[in-house]
Amino acid sequence: MQICDLSAHELALLLRKREVSAGEILDATLARIQQVEGRSGSLEAGETSPEDQQRVHAFISFTEDQARAQAITVDQQLAAGQDPGPLGGIPFTVKDIFCVRNTYSTAGSRILANFRSPYTATPVERMLASGAVMVGKVNLDEFTYGSSNESSAFQPSPRNPWSLDRVPGGSSGGSAASVAAGEAVLSLGTDTAGSIRQPAAFCGVVGMKPTYGRVSRYGLIAFASSLDCPGPIARDVTDAALMLNAIAGPDDRDHTAAVVATPDYTSGLERGVRGLRIGLSPDYFRITSPNPDGSFDEAPITGEIEQAVLDAARRLKAMGAEIIEDVPMPNTRYGIPAYFVISRVEAASNLHRYDGVKYGYRSPDDEALDDLREMYKHSRAQGFGPQPKLRILMGMYVSAAQYSAQYYQRALGVRTLIRQDFDQAFDPHGAYRLDALLTPTTPTPAFKMGAVYGNSVLMQYADQLTVPANHAGVPGISLPAGFDAHGLPVAIQLLGPDFSEASLLQIGRAYELATEAEAWRKQRPALIA
Amino acid sequence: MMNETISPDLFAHLVNLAALQLTPQEAEYLREQLNNQLKSISELAAIPLGDDVPITSHGVPYTTAISPTPRDDTWRPYAHPEDILAQAPEVDEGYIIVPDIPHTSLE
Repeated sequence: MQICDLSAHELALLLRKREVSAGEILDATLARIQQVEGRSGSLEAGETSPEDQQRVHAFISFTEDQARAQAITVDQQLAAGQDPGPLGGIPFTVKDIFCVRNTYSTAGSRILANFRSPYTATPVERMLASGAVMVGKVNLDEFTYGSSNESSAFQPSPRNPWSLDRVPGGSSGGSAASVAAGEAVLSLGTDTAGSIRQPAAFCGVVGMKPTYGRVSRYGLIAFASSLDCPGPIARDVTDAALMLNAIAGPDDRDHTAAVVATPDYTSGLERGVRGLRIGLSPDYFRITSPNPDGSFDEAPITGEIEQAVLDAARRLKAMGAEIIEDVPMPNTRYGIPAYFVISRVEAASNLHRYDGVKYGYRSPDDEALDDLREMYKHSRAQGFGPQPKLRILMGMYVSAAQYSAQYYQRALGVRTLIRQDFDQAFDPHGAYRLDALLTPTTPTPAFKMGAVYGNSVLMQYADQLTVPANHAGVPGISLPAGFDAHGLPVAIQLLGPDFSEASLLQIGRAYELATEAEAWRKQRPALIA
Repeated sequence: MMNETISPDLFAHLVNLAALQLTPQEAEYLREQLNNQLKSISELAAIPLGDDVPITSHGVPYTTAISPTPRDDTWRPYAHPEDILAQAPEVDEGYIIVPDIPHTSLE
């Protein structure tokens, strides 16, 4: 195990005891990147070679010079007896959907490949203000539109460090892969339908989607503005809490950032689960998937994942939690159909700004030189990949005046039903009075690269167990829960009422303690073992 | 009403509205995917939604208790306007250059 494999809270202690320097942490991180990364994503990647298939490819761009300067500052602060900040000297990566001043901020798309942001997103600004050291920007599905990271315009797309022929999940695939492979200790991701939790589950790391409005979206390149949530990806619960401490809170540059006091998310981590009510819902143990003829099949989730959830429930019960079974969440299955409509309408609206005028790609074609509308068409046709095009077209169709009532308005009504499921489960005066709902994060472990990509419907259904929390706005966390028979990570998810992040982290930490002696806790990806 | 498919003509109309242009192969793939997505969202039609079910445009209710007070609508100078202009594909003396906007007669 190298320095770069330690957690942020372990490194923070070692730094303060002067047993390691920020420079040494950065050196170890860059050496790991050198060891596992391979070539990073680019627009002109050509064919994927056999060597490419043995590397992680988490990054799009590096900020090594800035990182070095930051590490020197942290070491100088420590030498002078000053506090370098709670995340001082901790290397982190940023999903390339956040604007960071003077970095390329690409959204994984050709249309923004040449865009150097003139300003920095609030969550990134807050990480830097906490002393964290930014090592680079990591790959994602184009504009976050996917669940495998394969749709990025920057290829080779990231691979799962635990099994390099599998996807890391998406859309924060580069974030989860970089943390799992030790290329960073922390990563800043975003979650619109599960884009933090699903890749965290696939890569065996912790990922938290905070309550909508808990973390500012200022400087986040928008996908679906009513669903997007920035959040932490880390190797353990304590690190996720430390990172949430840094990034959460009101922001006068984002009116949807809630004015809710930010607690110290680390302070209650060790309180245990005695007296907490944790629910299980049968509606999260089966998935519905569409057939080509439009009919639907219902099937149980992967057995090993179901067993991991039930095992977690037993352990939490043994620690004093009350397990409430059979909590009805009957509208869970409608999360994806409603999301197909709502997210596409918001995406289409947000993507109209990319027009070759103010920033980003402009087509050099002759036809685009003399006519503004031709310039729009050529620039957007060449700049966008298939997933943004698909979302624009779908969003325009389902929000058109003649179809809006049957699709968009109806989907927003279904969103109300999904929210009501959570309201009833968490109502402190209701029948269930849950502190949290315990579920699987994903129906399956990581799938093989190429196995789903191209089928936009099947890909979307990978988010079936994560998307309801986005509709409802409630927080969720994905926790590693062991491995399946193929050595692939499996994960459990905790969902809670609005702004209950502290409680979810507390339960997550209790689960870590309950499983810390298990052999699977010692496992590491073969490429860094 | 939710079992319709998007015809090639309607699809071409959408592509034009979206200010896109597609190769025939792209158009075929995207139209097929769109129609597959429409099939999968068809089950929305069967969900009983009474007249008393309001729409939800944001999951977390925006109450006054958690919403910030709107800030004053006043302009603030940006320190580095040249950095913003540097992102534009074509600029001339501080103005962003675009191709001609063809004359259109409104009917």
